Amino acid sequence: MIINHPLLGPRDSAEFVYLGAAALMDRPDPETASAEDWHDYAYLRDNPAGPHRELWFHEGGDRSILIVTRDTTTHEITGVELAREVASK
Amino acid sequence: MTQKNRLNGGQIDRDTTLSFTFDGKHYKGHPGDTLASALLANNVRLMGRSFKYHRPRGPLTAGSEEPNAIVELRSGARQEPNTRATTAELFDGLSATSQNRWPSLTFDAMAINDRLSNFLTAGFYYKTFMWPAAFWEKIYEPIIRKAAGLGSLSMRADPDTYDKGFRHCDLLIIGAGPAGLNAALTAGRAGAQVILADEDFRMGGRLNAETYSVADMSGADWARQTVAELATLSNVRLMPRTTVIGAFDHGIYGAVKRVSDHLATPAAGKPRQILWRIYAKQTLLCAGATERPIAFDNNDRPGIMLAASLRAYATRWAATPAQRVAIFTNNDDGHRTARDLQAKGVKIAAVIDTRQDAARSYDYEVLQGAQVVDTKGRLGLTFVEVKQADGSIRTVECGALGVSGGWNPNVHLTCHQRGRPTWNDSLAAFVPGGTLPPGMSVAGAANGDLSTHGALKSGAEAARKALGLKGRAPAVPQAEDAPGTQTPFWYVEGCSRAWLDQQNDVTVKDVKLSHQEGFRSVEHLKRYTTLGMATDQGKTSNIGGLAIMAELAGKSIPEVGTTIFRPPYTPTAIGVLAGRMRGKEFHPTRLTPSHVWAKERGAVFVEVGNWLRAQWFPLPGETHWRQSVDREVTATRASVGVCDCTTLGKIDVQGSDAATFLNTVYCNGFAKLAVGKTRYGLMLREDGIAMDDGTAARLAEDQFVVTTTTANAGRVYQHMEFVRQCLMPEADVQLISTTEAWAQYAVAGPNSRRLLQKIVDPDHDISNEGFPFMACANITVCGGLRARLFRISFSGELAFEIAVPSRYGDALMRRLMTEGEEFDVTPYGTEALGVMRIEKGHAAGNELNGTTTALNLGMGRMVSKSKDSIGSKLSERPGLNEADALMQVGLRPLSAEDKVTAGGHLMKASGLVDAAHDQGYVTSAAYSPTLGRMIGLGFLKDGGNRMGETLRLVSPVTDLTVEVEVVSAHFVDPEGERVRA
Repeated sequence: MIINHPLLGPRDSAEFVYLGAAALMDRPDPETASAEDWHDYAYLRDNPAGPHRELWFHEGGDRSILIVTRDTTTHEITGVELAREVASK
Repeated sequence: MTQKNRLNGGQIDRDTTLSFTFDGKHYKGHPGDTLASALLANNVRLMGRSFKYHRPRGPLTAGSEEPNAIVELRSGARQEPNTRATTAELFDGLSATSQNRWPSLTFDAMAINDRLSNFLTAGFYYKTFMWPAAFWEKIYEPIIRKAAGLGSLSMRADPDTYDKGFRHCDLLIIGAGPAGLNAALTAGRAGAQVILADEDFRMGGRLNAETYSVADMSGADWARQTVAELATLSNVRLMPRTTVIGAFDHGIYGAVKRVSDHLATPAAGKPRQILWRIYAKQTLLCAGATERPIAFDNNDRPGIMLAASLRAYATRWAATPAQRVAIFTNNDDGHRTARDLQAKGVKIAAVIDTRQDAARSYDYEVLQGAQVVDTKGRLGLTFVEVKQADGSIRTVECGALGVSGGWNPNVHLTCHQRGRPTWNDSLAAFVPGGTLPPGMSVAGAANGDLSTHGALKSGAEAARKALGLKGRAPAVPQAEDAPGTQTPFWYVEGCSRAWLDQQNDVTVKDVKLSHQEGFRSVEHLKRYTTLGMATDQGKTSNIGGLAIMAELAGKSIPEVGTTIFRPPYTPTAIGVLAGRMRGKEFHPTRLTPSHVWAKERGAVFVEVGNWLRAQWFPLPGETHWRQSVDREVTATRASVGVCDCTTLGKIDVQGSDAATFLNTVYCNGFAKLAVGKTRYGLMLREDGIAMDDGTAARLAEDQFVVTTTTANAGRVYQHMEFVRQCLMPEADVQLISTTEAWAQYAVAGPNSRRLLQKIVDPDHDISNEGFPFMACANITVCGGLRARLFRISFSGELAFEIAVPSRYGDALMRRLMTEGEEFDVTPYGTEALGVMRIEKGHAAGNELNGTTTALNLGMGRMVSKSKDSIGSKLSERPGLNEADALMQVGLRPLSAEDKVTAGGHLMKASGLVDAAHDQGYVTSAAYSPTLGRMIGLGFLKDGGNRMGETLRLVSPVTDLTVEVEVVSAHFVDPEGERVRA
């Protein structure tokens, strides 16, 4: 696959390490979250046939983490964002 | 003349003669020959035995779709099984051997299977070897394994090298027939970066196999002239002998270039094959078409082949399987073969045409409305039996039969992204359909344009379209433009032992049986009969099976549907997929800066991840590793030892929020750590399980140096980046791995300070008062060299870790050895390191094993409740905090002679020994020279409250039962006086 890095342009996916679903960024608020919230965050993942937002770590590159929106049935990539920018929004 | 069936003409170099052997017999051929063409020229039709029935077989085709003529090439370590004789390029000295026969190709004992064929039909294995179940492993499987399989492996290491490479282009053109060549010409002249790949060693595709003309010259000459022009264009890269094996995601293609397969041995420094990874903005598939056979009884005898392949052998290779040939066709293309062969002086016995109205205006006999119903000739065709239009049977004598049932577009690569071909009625064939790989278009016969003109035209047009070229299209060279409609004729009425898939021995009868037994979907048909599941993926056979299934089901072929193709396009050697990554090069080897020094000292090395670490340093006279390790431990505890700990992960954490950041990634607190101090840190996963441990040294208000275990260095860094970028995006903190930047050494033992004082520059006070336990500082050594000093201890002794820039690692180690002579300084390896940390009760990878919590490790109170950190919430789960939770303990055998083994389980002193009564397990064990016995660390239920209890350590695997006492994990210096000395 080729991932179009927002800063570096198209890069081979072999330069990246897959870190899992982008839902990992939505860490429960330790002040307010219930035990169920923590359980769901730690253990439950969606497994969609279709678009999936996921984290790719550019380990062989600039070490940024990207949120890649990839269709799990076709591998079509419809969006690439810098995780840090999304997280700080 | 030995090449009895060599014709005139052809694209072979008759000035050079090549010698080769097949099954030990010597033959001659010429450059330009394939093994198959040379054997045919030498009047050899029999080249193999079929998979299941061991039927004698010869080539069916002249290309990579070949199901039958599969041989073993070369001998010794280069022996290569299951190679298609139809694509193997002849070279001088080639030795080939037939497969799947015993004792010889002409007499094969296993041909008895052919007589038993009534029992060996589809589903035979499923039905026969069902019971008794116990028979499977001992009786059935060994017999089946012995009988199955084709070629054999040499069982020796492949002496050749394989490489990998990367290429980029605007347009990748796959196939260099008329469509591909004209596309390359169009794109190349327009200045695009073009790669033209073709599996053949001679580009031109069918143009080399036909006698038709293109632009006032022969097709072969036009191909040669076009290739010559393309070779002059610097933006066009020609890749002959290159098979595009797969269409992968986002325009990435895998292509295997056979660099040296046509040579006896690769030239010096050259690989055998290269796996190219081609990044193509656009791709044009010009893979041509594959002729399809007609099924009739005994249609698999050597000498029976596809008509256009017969023509290819005659035209390109000047070879024929026999001097008297018949043709069985349902279309005009079969007549083309008859004419071309006749022009070469081959006698045409008859053309058997299924059409009542077949043209008869040729110089050979045409049997209209006739069909081949049977054949004769055990090791090679002698007669065909023809049922004529009036129902009478006529016997036609011939040594070869060309069969033509029309053409199938070669859709293989269009299916690699799940594109499902669609049925085209006027062609009566599947054409590319569904979702093609992104960026791929198809031209020429592969897209159903079966005429030469159609191929040339669609190739150029598709190239223009793919590249978005404007302006007037160049003229298409003049070429034949026969209408491209086909009328299907799949099999001869009433046939039964008529082969569809010759490689897997699937007959019309098998397909009927599959239908009768209810395996009616194409996917079931495929798996029940194994139709199309051989190494040729059914390139010549799938369609026939589908047609019969459709008829039995009373449906049309498109209603029945088709299976699709998967990579690789043709069988691919594992060696080329591995490339250079074999043996020691399977992964990179990382060496520490003082590796050479350690080697000089005679160190024994151990692999730790990619690293090589010194395991121990044997001295002359030491014959057992324990002698070396015991000595290293004792010497370190008595005076001073030095250990290379460069491989620990080192992460530099900087920024005004660095302390806040570490507070989040470590379960214990770091915010209040003073500058110049180091602290042990435990990192948890979010689920509350321990992930890694190490130290964090605060070198400045906004700078920490974090260490990780050797094994987890990459993962911890990754995790920290995740926390930084995804969870704390606003924090002012930067991370960089400095593992390779610093060489680091543990200097341990009561004399460690004295040794270091000799090299640390005098303005740095490293006395116990000036540099107490857990201190850290930037210092200089050896007269100004920058260094980092940490007063931390893994061994339990007074100890330091000193780091210098990597390039000084070797020099520092040598200096420590020289300066340490007066203290009998001892280098120690990972074994002594392990012994000392077990003696001290420090957890390591065996304890942080992915199932243990801070509580289990005896660090439950370290998890700070006053702050949020990764894993802190879920570590509070009740399930992880039960009263009898496992706790790390020390284990001491009651008898000093007894063994302790890691992996052993703990049971109460009496009672049952089974899983239900399990009390815990041993994680680490070592012989402690300090205590004079083996000791262990382990996890024990409620271990904290069971000190002094006697347990049984059992290991059913090693048949061990030992009585052990539960003790503190801190076997040595439990008060920690030594580390603070």
